[in-house]
Amino acid sequence: MTGLPGSADLGSPAGRYRMLRLIRGFEELALGLVKSGEITGGIHPYIGQEAVAVGVCAALRPQDRITSTHRGHGHVLAKGADPSRLLAELLGRTGGLNRGRGGSMHAADFSLGILGANGMVGAGGAIAVGAAWSARQAGEDRVAVAFFGDGALNQGVLLESFNLAAMWRLPVLFVCENNGYATTLPAATAVAGSATGRAAAFGIPAVEVDGMDAEAVRAAAAEAVARSAAGGGPGFLECRTYRFEGHHTMERLMKLRYRTPEEVADWRGLDPLPRAAALLPPGLAERLDASVAQQLAAARQFALDSELPSVEGALDHLYADGLRPRAGSGA
Amino acid sequence: MRLSYTKALNRALTDALAEDPAVCVFGEDIGAGMAGPTLNLLDRFGPGRIVDTPLSEQAFTSMAIGAALTGRRPVIEFQIPSLLFLVFEQLVNQAHKFSLMTGGQANVPLTCLVPGSGSRDGWAGQHSDHPYSLFAHAGMKTVVPATPTDAYGLLRSAIADPDPVVVFAPAGALPVRETVTWELSPIPLGSARIHREGADVTVVAVGHLVHDALAVAEELAPEVSVEVFDPRTLYPFDWTALAASLERTGRLVVVDDSNRSCGIGGEIVATAAEELRLIAPPRRITRPDGAVLPFAPALDRALQPNRDQLRDAVRAVMKHRPTSSREDRGR
Ligand SMILES: Cc1ncc(C[n+]2csc(CCOP(=O)(O)OP(=O)(O)O)c2C)c(N)n1
Ligand SMILES: [Mg+2]
Repeated sequence: MTGLPGSADLGSPAGRYRMLRLIRGFEELALGLVKSGEITGGIHPYIGQEAVAVGVCAALRPQDRITSTHRGHGHVLAKGADPSRLLAELLGRTGGLNRGRGGSMHAADFSLGILGANGMVGAGGAIAVGAAWSARQAGEDRVAVAFFGDGALNQGVLLESFNLAAMWRLPVLFVCENNGYATTLPAATAVAGSATGRAAAFGIPAVEVDGMDAEAVRAAAAEAVARSAAGGGPGFLECRTYRFEGHHTMERLMKLRYRTPEEVADWRGLDPLPRAAALLPPGLAERLDASVAQQLAAARQFALDSELPSVEGALDHLYADGLRPRAGSGA
Repeated sequence: MRLSYTKALNRALTDALAEDPAVCVFGEDIGAGMAGPTLNLLDRFGPGRIVDTPLSEQAFTSMAIGAALTGRRPVIEFQIPSLLFLVFEQLVNQAHKFSLMTGGQANVPLTCLVPGSGSRDGWAGQHSDHPYSLFAHAGMKTVVPATPTDAYGLLRSAIADPDPVVVFAPAGALPVRETVTWELSPIPLGSARIHREGADVTVVAVGHLVHDALAVAEELAPEVSVEVFDPRTLYPFDWTALAASLERTGRLVVVDDSNRSCGIGGEIVATAAEELRLIAPPRRITRPDGAVLPFAPALDRALQPNRDQLRDAVRAVMKHRPTSSREDRGR
């Protein structure tokens, strides 16, 4: 045994650092596989925002649930999903979390309370409210966390779900990852008032936190989760963060100039990984990096070795009762 | 001049904006011209007419309807086809109904443009729909251009039209380029185009599938003479042109990227069976019933209409030996 924390162990600064590195490394690996054409459709890279997923998930218990977004790999990994199976999913393999049917934007692992990444902005936020409601109805001690971006703050459905969650005092934590942009649109020109102000207007306790600092995010999330679990109703965190890469890998092929190289460089200077590494005893970060590199090499191998699904099964799982739809050729 | 499909949409918007000060454009990331059709419009026409919106589709669609009711001629660009599901209420229950419900006091000259409808390879379940049949079913004017010239001409007519029109630019048609030696001009809604004349079978192909139909027609030329019929507008449908085509051929195959049940292909086949000249049972190639496109690329492709299916269907309708005396009428 290495004596190093495992990939889902977020209870110590070392475990949290390791997860930050795992997400970063996973995304770098995925970027390479997009470039080589092995991953179809591209990804929305999470690089830069890792401290949010890690900080929040470090405050969760195994029974808690999350909903995620189009930029979901970090959330899915931090909640404990197997990187091998997430990567296999991105490659459309049968060994993937969703048997290759969902891809990057729909990765889910219900056995871990991961109710799915989601292709529609704001959609997961409202779904988390339903998960919180059903846990409470069942008398279970479970909190639901909704991750969403600054862009989602302008979806009516999310604001409507703030109201439902607050009215019914549901155990849900809304986590807004404010990375400053919705694709090319600056939050400053899109969000009237403030993120926390919106939640506060519904009577939801709302705090702003440094989203580049996993420890700060964890502390704020832990407080909100404890309050929700004790029947105190919903909470709201605005995590100020930044994505270091483009909105989507496709962006590398476009000439978009919506943020300056200086701005990107400034935020890169706040990289959450060195900050988390600085909390560790000398030499530990390097050993953790090496163990992550090994884990990701194995994940890559697993994913590329995993079988492609057969075409006959293209409609498998469409209906829960196995209903077989008519084929498109009428045959 | 070499004209790409996206450039054609861009020129149509530019010309419409230049010609009529009432025309304005709403949409996400249109300031950056991200999807292509809105490239450079902000620079040329300014933020009073090119409105880069927050991610509030329901609100800005309603807003465009309000603007249309009060003298503007708005175009909305929807970044992904499934956003139309989000604004179905706004389009079908508001925009479409105002004229009748107000006893003709008001009309809604609104154009909705979806650049990149249908599968884009690897965009999975929530980003691969091609929902034109839903709008034809609701009775909204519905346009699916297959070529750059038609995209230009039909978008111009859609914007000039006094009623709401939804224009679907199929992802599969976006790579199409044409060498254009003619003047681009508006093309009336509701008029079909025969891309290739034939004597034995009429293939009605929708959107990008026109190009597949042309390839199959060419390939089968030694054995069967295929007429390739592009309706261009699905609602209102050019039944007169289809009647004339079937007078010549008497055999019908429809290829349509909708789900099978209640798709436009079913309407075309039904109308032909009820009212037009057929000497063999018609066939249609569609997506399966209830299709959700799986992520894995081979599965995604397997659920879309393809050339093999079309070839088989053409051969199948040719095999049918008519006994009806009606055949003599056309020969
Ligand atoms: C309802 C909806 N509108 C638009 C889109 C297209 N889209 C996908 S991601 C995105 C930007 C989202 O911004 P934000 O919520 O800030 O998340 P971020 O990408 O910054 O992580 C847009 C416009 C979508 N998927 N769903
Ligand atoms: Mg954002």
